[in-house]
Amino acid sequence: MALIAFYILSTVVVLSALFVVAARNPVHSVLWLILTFFTSAGLLVLIGAEFLAMLLVVVYVGAVAVLFLFVVMMLDIDFVALKQGFQNYLVVGLLVALALLAEIGIVAAAATFGGGATFQPSPGAATNAEALSKVLYTDYLLLFQMSGVVLLVAMMGAIVLTLRSRPSVKRQSIAEQVGRKRKDAVELKDVRPGQGI
Amino acid sequence: MAGAELTLGHYLAVSAALFTIGVFGIFVNRKNIIVILMSIELILLSVNLNLVAFSVFNGTIMGQVFAMLVLTVAAAEAAVGLAILVVYFRNRGEIAVEDVNVLHG
Repeated sequence: MALIAFYILSTVVVLSALFVVAARNPVHSVLWLILTFFTSAGLLVLIGAEFLAMLLVVVYVGAVAVLFLFVVMMLDIDFVALKQGFQNYLVVGLLVALALLAEIGIVAAAATFGGGATFQPSPGAATNAEALSKVLYTDYLLLFQMSGVVLLVAMMGAIVLTLRSRPSVKRQSIAEQVGRKRKDAVELKDVRPGQGI
Repeated sequence: MAGAELTLGHYLAVSAALFTIGVFGIFVNRKNIIVILMSIELILLSVNLNLVAFSVFNGTIMGQVFAMLVLTVAAAEAAVGLAILVVYFRNRGEIAVEDVNVLHG
């Protein structure tokens, strides 16, 4: 049963990955990419790595693929011109791909992996997430914190790169607002009865 | 266990196919930097699959920790790469990769 599910999922993964690189329109490429990530999450669930699978769905499908979709739709590009040269590079690309696959096959045939005997998605814990969190907050705490720093720096980099100041746009000046005194804003008037100001 | 008759080799084969498709995508989409970035994401996904498969089939949790770190770096890389792409498009009005070497002088 698991084997049948594996074959279905892996076929979908490989086919949708092929469509990612072969699609004419980059928007379709992103949609195929989402299918690839989602199906790979299914593959991970199949061997019991549930936490990584959910992380794949949340991070890749929810954030990265949607970011790609935004950028592709935001940029106004002539997609037909970008697709030219596909045929020219097809032969070289196929040759390189075949060479790579053959090399991986040779190495895989020569190596002994020693896996399979101790199938255990959550060693030392009841669930996968528990096993992961047990080492994540103890043995790998520094790595965990560093990955947070990596994300922070990436966020700051993206903001710094894309931020532009346009003088024509009216903006809120926080310093001016905070520095406002009472005498600049409010004035006490003594209004006599029967007279205006 | 659900994956009793599954072996490590199955996952390594899928991962190898994904990696090859990613490299192939970089070669055939020379002009479209968006698809090149997506191919890099495919390659990183195949690496993640490999790490998780080795981790699960050998009964050690470390591979899944490393897969999480790869996931983090992939997200950061996509964010910065797409930001650079947006700035480049804003300055030049196109994203043809072959013209990027104008900075070369």
